[in-house]
Amino acid sequence: MNKSPEKISTYSEDERNLLLMLKEAQDRFGYLSQELMAEVAESLGISTSEVYGVATFYSFLSTKPQGKHVIRICKSLPCFLNNSQLIINSVEQELGIRPGETTADGRFSFELTNCIGACDKAPAMMINNEVHVNLTPEKISQILKACK
Amino acid sequence: MPEKKVVLRNCEVIDPRNITTYLARDGFKALAKAYDMAQDEVIEEIKASGLRGRGGAGFPCGLKWELARKSQGDEKYVICNADEGEVGTFKDRYILENDPFTLIEAIAIAGYAIGAKRGYVYLRAEYHYLLDLLINAVSQAKEQGFLKDYDITIREGAGAYVCGEESALMESIEGERGEVRYKPPFPPTEGLWGKPTIINNVETLMNIPQIILNGANWFSQMGTERSKGTKVFSVSGDVKKPGVYELVMGSQLRELVENLAMAEKVKVVQVGGATGRIIPYEMIDTPLSFETILGAGAITVLNESRDIIDAVHKTMEFLAEESCGKCAPCREGTEVMVEILGRFSKGEGEKRDITVLEQLSQAMMLSSMCGLGQAAPIPVIDSLQYFRGDYENRIREKQGGAVA
Repeated sequence: MNKSPEKISTYSEDERNLLLMLKEAQDRFGYLSQELMAEVAESLGISTSEVYGVATFYSFLSTKPQGKHVIRICKSLPCFLNNSQLIINSVEQELGIRPGETTADGRFSFELTNCIGACDKAPAMMINNEVHVNLTPEKISQILKACK
Repeated sequence: MPEKKVVLRNCEVIDPRNITTYLARDGFKALAKAYDMAQDEVIEEIKASGLRGRGGAGFPCGLKWELARKSQGDEKYVICNADEGEVGTFKDRYILENDPFTLIEAIAIAGYAIGAKRGYVYLRAEYHYLLDLLINAVSQAKEQGFLKDYDITIREGAGAYVCGEESALMESIEGERGEVRYKPPFPPTEGLWGKPTIINNVETLMNIPQIILNGANWFSQMGTERSKGTKVFSVSGDVKKPGVYELVMGSQLRELVENLAMAEKVKVVQVGGATGRIIPYEMIDTPLSFETILGAGAITVLNESRDIIDAVHKTMEFLAEESCGKCAPCREGTEVMVEILGRFSKGEGEKRDITVLEQLSQAMMLSSMCGLGQAAPIPVIDSLQYFRGDYENRIREKQGGAVA
């Protein structure tokens, strides 16, 4: 990966920080391909399996191509008590995909996630880095339509 | 006991994007006062206050700092744990979005006390939308000259509950899988990159400036014998007014759940999130403190229409998914529990399953490497104690009407 000159002045630990490198790559390319992981491994002088181990440990890193908008609906208890199943069902209906899948046009990926810390406004979900709260099926329609 | 705002005193009062509004509320006066004290005096003050960690474990804060101060090392680190991943917890989010300045001041005081030049805030990936606010607050504090020889870096997680555990958190900052470390050594002697490190929860740190300004004595007058000060709670579930509430330690669960959050027809309250206690309504007058029940302050209310086994099953699914997988008791134990609880929730339990659950609980508590696996059986144990009949009614033979 390219390293800009101003970044070299930061702590040397950061330069060789595998997780930071993978996060940067994920932001840039949308997912971590096998080729990319092999490249990272080589640049750090570690095994590909070690890179793969980190890449698959964290739920916000993906080793598969993802849709432009990644929907993550909270499946934890407080959202469950506030009818998150209804929200899951309406996303399934609107997009025609189930959790773990990506739409054929590559616009949406759909996942269920653990508590996102918005239990006071449950049910809640994230689309990429944005949080959407107090969800209803009507709101889901509007939010998904607004995703270009 | 009443609501009292110590940790939340600036929330919804100051503008979190404007440091002058914080300075008008005694902002950074505690840091100036700390600089006038010897490092050991600062630590003594925190020790005398009786402040204990608010992330769930309740370790005495001043003692942690003292251990790090006494450790030999050319470099030391302060880490603020903002990886609030416990199910039903959102108080740190509320604090961060409303008052990032107090936190920064506290990290600077902690750095001075232990002799660190660098602090980290480990922010969970789910709170990425707070990153700009935090970076802005750090740079405003720097511009005002409050962080002269001190760097504060915001490090983001990448989605892993277990990274709230301090050794897994450090692994993650170092760029590795967030797997827990063997202990000892503990972080104050060997932490981040092997250097002496203190790791404090957001809420713990929020108390520091007030303790320095008002004195240990002021702080320790609040609360119970072994739980000083206040506690911030996140209340959600079957309540009319979900939200963040700060109460003096020792307040009753009833006050929080029924009076403040306006819950009705309560069946149980889960106190402390996924690894927390399950408290039946008969025990609603239990005080909230380290001596009794507390955790990180997640309060999830279930009303009479709810099924306990479904809730415990859901909780165990979460823990199985978030187990880091390093030690077998947690990795395998949570999976087996999910399987058994799943059968109970479908009415297909076996008589011997209850014994298996109890034995497995003991094994996991005794032999897991970290708090996740050690505490994972708590909801099972509590529900078996208070709602054993619910389990017995779900045994297959009983379902069919046969004699069990």
